[in-house]
Amino acid sequence: MGYTLNKVFQGFYKDSVALMRLSRDLAAMDGVEEAGLMMGSPSNKQILMDAGLLADDGAAAEGGDLILAVRAKDATAAQIAADTIEPEIMSQTRAATGDSFWRPQTIRAAAKANPDANLALISVPGEFAAAEARKAINRGLHVMMFSDNVSIEDEINLKNQARERGVLMMGPDCGTAILDGVPLAFANKVTTGDIGIVGASGTGIQEVTTLISNNGGGISHAIGVGGRDLKDEIGGISTLMGIDRLDADPATNHIVLISKPPGKTVLPNIMKRIGQSAKPFTVCFIGASDLDLPANATVARTLKDAAQAALGGDAFAETEISETGSNNNGTEIRGLYSGGTLAAETQLILLDAGLEVVSNAAVPGAGQLSDDVDGHKIIDLGDDEYTQGRPHPMIDPEIRRQPLAEALADSSVGVVLIDIVIGYGAHPDPAGQLAEMLIAMPGKDDTIIIGSVTGTEQDPQVRSSQVKALQAAGIHVAGSNADAAIAALKVPGINS
Amino acid sequence: MDIIEKANEEAIRRMLGAEPVLIDVMPAGDIVPNLEDKMILHAGPPIEWDRMCGPMQGAIAGITVFEGWANDLDQAVTMAASGEIRFDANHHHDAVGPMTGMTTISQPMLVVENRTTGNKSYCAINEGLGKVMRFGGNDAEVLNRLAWIRDVLGPAMGKALRDMGGVELKPLIARGLSMGDEMHQRNVACSGLVLRAIAAAMAKTSDDSIALSEALAFISANDQFHLNIAMAMGKAIMDPVRNIEGSSIVTAMSRNGTDFGIRVSGTGDEWFTAPVEMPEGLYFVGYSEADANPDMGDSTIVETIGLGGFAMGASPAVAGFVGAGAASEAANYTHRMSEICASENPEWTIPSMDYLGVPTGIDVRLVVDSGIAPTINTGIAHREPGIGQVGAGVVRAPMACFEQAVRRLAEKLGIS
Repeated sequence: MGYTLNKVFQGFYKDSVALMRLSRDLAAMDGVEEAGLMMGSPSNKQILMDAGLLADDGAAAEGGDLILAVRAKDATAAQIAADTIEPEIMSQTRAATGDSFWRPQTIRAAAKANPDANLALISVPGEFAAAEARKAINRGLHVMMFSDNVSIEDEINLKNQARERGVLMMGPDCGTAILDGVPLAFANKVTTGDIGIVGASGTGIQEVTTLISNNGGGISHAIGVGGRDLKDEIGGISTLMGIDRLDADPATNHIVLISKPPGKTVLPNIMKRIGQSAKPFTVCFIGASDLDLPANATVARTLKDAAQAALGGDAFAETEISETGSNNNGTEIRGLYSGGTLAAETQLILLDAGLEVVSNAAVPGAGQLSDDVDGHKIIDLGDDEYTQGRPHPMIDPEIRRQPLAEALADSSVGVVLIDIVIGYGAHPDPAGQLAEMLIAMPGKDDTIIIGSVTGTEQDPQVRSSQVKALQAAGIHVAGSNADAAIAALKVPGINS
Repeated sequence: MDIIEKANEEAIRRMLGAEPVLIDVMPAGDIVPNLEDKMILHAGPPIEWDRMCGPMQGAIAGITVFEGWANDLDQAVTMAASGEIRFDANHHHDAVGPMTGMTTISQPMLVVENRTTGNKSYCAINEGLGKVMRFGGNDAEVLNRLAWIRDVLGPAMGKALRDMGGVELKPLIARGLSMGDEMHQRNVACSGLVLRAIAAAMAKTSDDSIALSEALAFISANDQFHLNIAMAMGKAIMDPVRNIEGSSIVTAMSRNGTDFGIRVSGTGDEWFTAPVEMPEGLYFVGYSEADANPDMGDSTIVETIGLGGFAMGASPAVAGFVGAGAASEAANYTHRMSEICASENPEWTIPSMDYLGVPTGIDVRLVVDSGIAPTINTGIAHREPGIGQVGAGVVRAPMACFEQAVRRLAEKLGIS
């Protein structure tokens, strides 16, 4: 049995729950064997006695007195424990330790708490996403589904249900949307205007909306539909609904479609729908050729072409990049992209210039990337092989470190092309991160690095700050991803 | 799906339409249906002697002596183990009981009538804190108190209630919520309101001022006196909600110290059980987690009607028993329970939450879908019989009960 110390606070009352909490804290202190804080009623004193905690001081306490009782290994430990807990007993306010802000945990509760909400953004593991989307659709909510790994059957069912309910099913795997000026998921803060976009590609939408915004235009809505919407199995349900919405929207005067080439049976339906509209369209099906377009539609080969066409067709000012050859006399271009559609756009530009291109996300005309094939390698770092178990490179630019080091160490590589995508959802300082990566890399002075920044001045990362950070690291910065690819072609020794 | 929604609407209509009134106190043998001699009703889903926890066995031994079926505790244990004493669940006899929930023929039972439907429910009178039978206590002190409740307090309350025509409980609960009670762990306000309601009638119908004084003193000294009334009320409200075809609303949650069981309206009287969990909370001086018995009692009927853990927002003091103990978190408990309930109670509101109605009608589908288990405010019993309450805290209902119920309901409705 150790040393028992009692301290009596005369005429001091505290609620029993508060005392139980304090007792617990006191009992957990160094060297304490047993502890209790109780009002000095006869029954409480009996409890303290039974627990071997009652000393003479406590025994003399009255019902209205508070007894602090502690038994510790020795007198010092008991005294230290009592002295430590005393300010807690006397404090008039308790530090707020809890988070009193309640967030609904289910769509049902969230919809009840926000009856005016009309969209649910779903970002849960793929196996649960369809069930959540179904609940949202049943409540009459539009759905933006960021989740991927959703089966094609679920996607078809959800899109059919959404169509019946008259709501948009954006996704699965929909990374970008801007609705009524509100950027959702990976999206940028752009100027509001009269150009509406329906896109199956996240970075494609980001590149086109920011180019439009940075060149004097504005966006009414950018509706994402998910990468598979224009496949024949899905039939472009969401693309067609998106066109319907923008066609009926008085604030939209020009409509841009962005996607990989649609499936064979879907394509005529899209064309037919475009033809029914009185509004002008720009169609950018990355990698598609020989499109038979209605009279109100213009084809755009690249994302930059699409942005230019939407703004009336005048070419944007091109950035001048000094045309010196690389010090290592490398002849190869290596593209290391976080944006899949930006990687596709670069492939097209290189192919159109007559170059051999290989990629892990090859567009029509490009070869598949494999170790024994030489050529200009354009790599999509957002592809599954790089993102297994880790975030997308737009969130975690670290993914670029290893391939970048390899490219710079490879003397056959004369130009490295990179993209920096900013905006909501993206890394807070991707350019700064890249600059820091480069410091430790040998070969950076021998290789020309060209990049572009997809974003606006209004984005949290601020486009001009990102450009400056890249330039300070010796990276040439073009006005668009397409311009960066074109600049790479002009580097002496490359296009030969 | 439509049949479930319609059935649940009916379930909620019956819950909110109930008119519970405390009308009487009478010996269990006179009123509890199918309760016979040498028969003990206990808390929770049905359980055989071998699987009962320590406090439950201790209480059974004590009540067997109390009823005079055995001369001492040892003989009582022998009789219980041999099958000479029959056991059944309170819930099978229109009754409920806190913790071990002992109900036998001679015990005085609070009678709550649901005047909308005419059904009656029963619960024994709360014995107070400390060493009591509901926590497995069985010594002379415990048995003497039970005898006094049987001979003095019960009859006095019964006479008074009959004389005054009963106490309407719905408005009493509404006032209690505005006074900081959640009616499971905290019944300070409601116990006072009950005393205020019946004191005059008890005085009027008493011819023994000393006995009257003792009875009033007993009620006054017991902060949890109202818990047992709330439980009988909960049973009276929920029993008419049973057996609505297709309804996914929980009609009872209950624990016997070994199993946690629930019943669901659309699946009739079937129990869905899973091992009961350990409460998390604060302990009285001299006790710790090592002393705690797993969760026990029929008192979860209180959560089933939207009180207790579901009404935590009304009772910030109780939030101190769990987690960081911030009173500001109390409302979050209620918000969270709203996520698994079909409706709110417009008459039982929480002033500090902008008069939000308490969450009402636990829907097993919402529980399974959200992964949010009902939160229950509970007392903690010592794991050995005869010692009593050692703490208080919260416990979660096991998810497995709700999963089983959803599957069975789907089977019944022919949904694969």
